[in-house]
This record gives sequence, C-alpha cells and structure tokens, in this order.
Amino acid sequence: MSDAVALAPRAARLNLGGWWVAPPLAVLALLFLYPLILIGRAALIDDSGALNLAAAWGVLNSRAFLNALINTAEIALASTIGCVILGLTLGLILAFAPFPGAGLVAQVIDTFIALPTFLVTLAFTFLYGSAGILNGALTSGLGLDHPPVDFLYSAWGVILAEVTVYTPFVLRPLLAAFSLVDRSQIEVASLLGARPLRIVRQVILPAALPAIVAGGSLCLLLTVNEFGIVLFIGAKGVITLPLLIYSKAIQESDYQGACAIAIVNVALSLALFSLYRAAARRLGG
Amino acid sequence: MTVSAALRGAEVSAAANAAAGSEVAFDKVSVAYRGSVVLKPLTMSVAAGEILAMIGPSGSGKTTALRAVAGFVRPAAGRILIGGTDVTNLPPYERGLAMVVQNYALFPHMRVSENVAFGLNARGAARDLIAQRVEDSLRIVGMSKFASRFPRELSGGQQQRVAIARALAVRPRVLLLDEPLSALDAQIRRSMVEEIARLHADLPDLTILYVTHDQSEALTLADRIAILKDGELSAIGAAGELYRRPPNRFAAEFLGRANLLPVVVERVAQQSGFVEARLGETRVVASGADHPAGAERLLCVRPQNLTLTCEAERSNRIEAVLREIHWQGELTHLVAEIGESILRVVATRLPNPPARGDKLEFFFSPSDANLIVEDGSV
Repeated sequence: MSDAVALAPRAARLNLGGWWVAPPLAVLALLFLYPLILIGRAALIDDSGALNLAAAWGVLNSRAFLNALINTAEIALASTIGCVILGLTLGLILAFAPFPGAGLVAQVIDTFIALPTFLVTLAFTFLYGSAGILNGALTSGLGLDHPPVDFLYSAWGVILAEVTVYTPFVLRPLLAAFSLVDRSQIEVASLLGARPLRIVRQVILPAALPAIVAGGSLCLLLTVNEFGIVLFIGAKGVITLPLLIYSKAIQESDYQGACAIAIVNVALSLALFSLYRAAARRLGG
Repeated sequence: MTVSAALRGAEVSAAANAAAGSEVAFDKVSVAYRGSVVLKPLTMSVAAGEILAMIGPSGSGKTTALRAVAGFVRPAAGRILIGGTDVTNLPPYERGLAMVVQNYALFPHMRVSENVAFGLNARGAARDLIAQRVEDSLRIVGMSKFASRFPRELSGGQQQRVAIARALAVRPRVLLLDEPLSALDAQIRRSMVEEIARLHADLPDLTILYVTHDQSEALTLADRIAILKDGELSAIGAAGELYRRPPNRFAAEFLGRANLLPVVVERVAQQSGFVEARLGETRVVASGADHPAGAERLLCVRPQNLTLTCEAERSNRIEAVLREIHWQGELTHLVAEIGESILRVVATRLPNPPARGDKLEFFFSPSDANLIVEDGSV
C-alpha cells in the first residue's frame, strides 16, 4: 500500500456508544416494519381474529388474482422494455450526437420525474381520449361517426403512459454512464473501421450495461407498483395487482384478501429492488 | 477458407494499403472551432514510410492537425490527401488508418486478443486472417503471453503495447500516434521509444504521424519534425538538421537548450555558407548564407557545443564571466555572463573546474553555430 493510501483520512465517526442506535431503529420499525407486519398479520387472520390460511389461499388461487398478476407482469415488462428502448435511443442521441438545445431537452425529460404520474395520463386523455384532440380532428376531418383512435383505454394506453412517465428513470443513469465512456475509445474504434452501429453495440453498450440494468430494474419496480396511471386510464379489463388490492380493500372491504395480495406484491417489489440494488452497486463500483 | 472470405481478407491486406499509398499531404488545411481558428492554413507532406513528429506546446494545433487526418475534425478549408486521394470528406472508418492515444483507449470489457481483433472484425476480415494477425501483432509488441488477459490486469506500458498491436493488426496506411507515451513514467517511456523505433525498422513502409510535446521523443524517433506554435507551422525539417540549424528562436528553444546571443551581420565569410557577425566587440563566424549585412540576428549555439579549450584553429572564441557552476555527475553545467546575455555551457569533462567570477574563454566551431531570426513561420 502506498503512503498516500495509508495516510488517507478515515471517514469521521462519532463514538457515541451502541444505545444511540435504538431511537432511529425504533422510528424505522414504527414507520416501515410495523405496517408490513400488520399487513402480514391481516393476510393470515380473518375478521373474527382467527388464523385463516384458507381465505388467503383462496384469494391467491383465484382467477382474478392470476389475471392481475399476469397483467401486472405483462404491462410492467412491456413498459420497461419500452422505457429501455426509448431511453437508450434518446440517451445515445443526447450523449453522442448532441444538437443545439440537447441539454435543454434532457432537462425537460428529467422534469417528468417530478410530475405526478396521473398528470401525464390526464394529458393523454386530452390528446388521445375519445373526446381528445386527435379523435376530434379525425372525426371532423374524415367525417366519421365514432372516434377511430381508442388504444388509450386498453393495456396499450397504460403502457404508453408508463413509458412516457418512467423513461427518465432509465435515461438519467444512462446519460451518467455515457458521460463516463472514454471518447477516445469511440474515436479509436471508428478509425479501426467500426461503423456507428458496431461502436454502439461493442463499445458503448457494454460500458453502459450496468446503467441499463439499474435503470431497467428500477423501471420494472415502479411499473409493477404503478397505481395512478392504471386507475386514471380505467381501461376495461386491465386490473393489475395494486388495482386489485385497492378494489378488494376499498370496494369489497375484503381486507384479508387485499393484504394477501399485498404480501405477494411486496415480495415481488423486494425481489426487484434487490435486483436494482445489485445493478446499482455494480454501476457504482 | 471460402473465396468470399479470402476476398474479404484481401481487402484488409497490406497489399491494398500499399497500392493505395501512404503519403499524407496537408493542403492549406485550417480548422476552426466556433469561429476561432485553431489551425491556420497548413501545407506540408509526409512521405510514405516516414515518421513525422509534430511537436509544440499546448494549443499549438498539433493534435488538431492529427485529428483532421483521422477525420475527427472537419477542416474549415483545405484538403487532406492520403496516398494522393482526397479524404477530407471521408468518415474515419473509411480512411484506412489506425491510432494510438495517450490513455490507451483499450476496450475494458474485451480481452487483449479481442481488442487486437476489433479492427479486423470491423473491416470484415476472415476468421483465419484475424487469428493470424492477432498472433503476429501481439508477437511484434511482445505481448503474446497476455492474449487472454483483460486490460485492467496489465500495467500502463503493457496496455500501450496492446494498443499498438491493435493498431498494427489492421495494417493501417498511416499510424497516428497522439502523445502515446505521455501517461507512462520516464523509464518505461524511454524503453517504449526504443521499441517504437525498432517497430518502425521492422515495418519500414509504415507512415507514422507522431504528436508529442516531448522533444527528446521527437528527436529519437522522427525522420522529420514539424514544430507548431499558435496554430501555425513554425519550422519543419529533418530532425538533426532542425536541431543543429533551427530557423527561429521558437524552434531553437523548443528542441532543447540553446544560447541565443544578439549579433549584427557584417559580411559573407570567405567560406561558402558562412557569415561573419559581431557579438559585442567580438567577431564570430557562423553558418547561414542569406543574411544581409547590418541585419540583427541571433547567434544560436547549443550548450554542449561550447568548450573551454580551443579544439580547432578556426574556432570562434568568446569571453564570458562565470556566474554559476553546477556539477551533476556526468555533466557540469556552467552559467556565464556575456554582456547582457547569459551563456549556458554543458561540459562532459572538466578536470580543473573554474570558480565563480572567473573570466573564461569559450570556444565553438562555426559549423556548430548559426544565425537565426527572432521569430518567423514557414
């Protein structure tokens, strides 16, 4: 080890004794762990207070749950793939083929992170809804009786809205990763005879792979749990796990069923979160 | 090997490159960034098989000139010709060149052999040819044993050898070296300079454009040196000639230490190619023919060409007062005062070292001194 390393200052630490850990841990437990325990408990105990695994199993074995699980997985996967493709395309353009105003465009895309998810859905209703601008123009322009564009009230509408809302979550880490790609690698590759597509495939993407995985898994995590967009669009037959939990708890007052589904949802989220952390760690290291 | 594979292999063969020619010509090439000119119209050529070193301080335009050849910057005006063909508007991947840069730019996720094969794959070479070239290129740079390593598992010098192998594998028409040794420590740099010299001896047809700010690398490797200053060609010539007879102050000082003493030209000397000039009250003879009588010039003498003993009858003799003397083992550095100028002398043997304040006589041969202008460009 060199002297420089040996002499590097250590991170400052307060030596306050072990008991100081207790209050923050208690707050954490109260805010995060206790609600989860309550949900777990509620999933296993029926209204009479007795342990009732059959009721929970019945919900998890139902067609509605299975459909919601499949819908959730399909929409989340399709949205994530859409986010990764769009994020990659935008990221490559913004990082490697910048145009005047590219920085501003990146910032505008970033601001989508700050917007409530249903806002985009509301804007989509104005644009593509049955009484929206596009359908209005097409019905009056072509003299049609019914609005011709109706994808918004389907799984495709949900996917489009989620891609719009969550692409920045892929784009941001990608732009960070692209900024670290050594430009001389690209130049040397180009001079060695590689055309742009080969450079993207063999030089840029391998360097950005951890960012793609991190951004993609974050996207997957968020889209699995997306509630506002699905509720706001209200697509017929598009029931996802969060929507099913909502409907069980609020509309049917079936709290045990809602909690049983919530446990599955939490397990799915935690698994995806672990994937995200692993990817983020690799990106960081 | 299939016929098409053989044809593809032939595409990247040296024969194609040789046929295409490898001389490089800058024809009034200028480069501007956002309206600011960073390379003023540059006209010069590099012969096939020649090593031309482009040297100069930061911002002199040397790297810009190299990047223009590579196709990374588009000239605002002028043309770049390689092998007589105008390549100004060709993208880098169609120019048939290769480059080695300061930070190696190896692809970190590829093994050494994959790095070396990259260009051949990109050019669609046949698999057999790629394997052969990778093996040959790694052998040339002495890295055969490291073919399956990743770049992160290699030292800086080893990484740079791999970068050179990767460039050589595609049999480029011209090899562009952009400060390739700057990231290495002094000892490895010296050995790499020798290796590049040996490499060029083995590949005499390879044209090399070598950008560096280190004059010793340039003097060691280059057949010719182009010195750039403020985006302009300040001097160009054969390395030895440019060192011995720099045309201006900038070239003289950039290629090593030089004593530049103000003189006034008196007349053409009896011996052809020499002039007589007056340095204070002393008359000196120096090489240089085109200097009119009465012109103010600088007398350029390298410190190692001044001696304390008269070694030839025709040697110039000047007197100076010794101000400093530094013994540095093999060499002794003397700093003397002559009029208002400083005279630096490097002596290899000094049996009886003089003392500060001594009035000394220094001698130098007329052929080791030349008259130069204060400043000027080519």
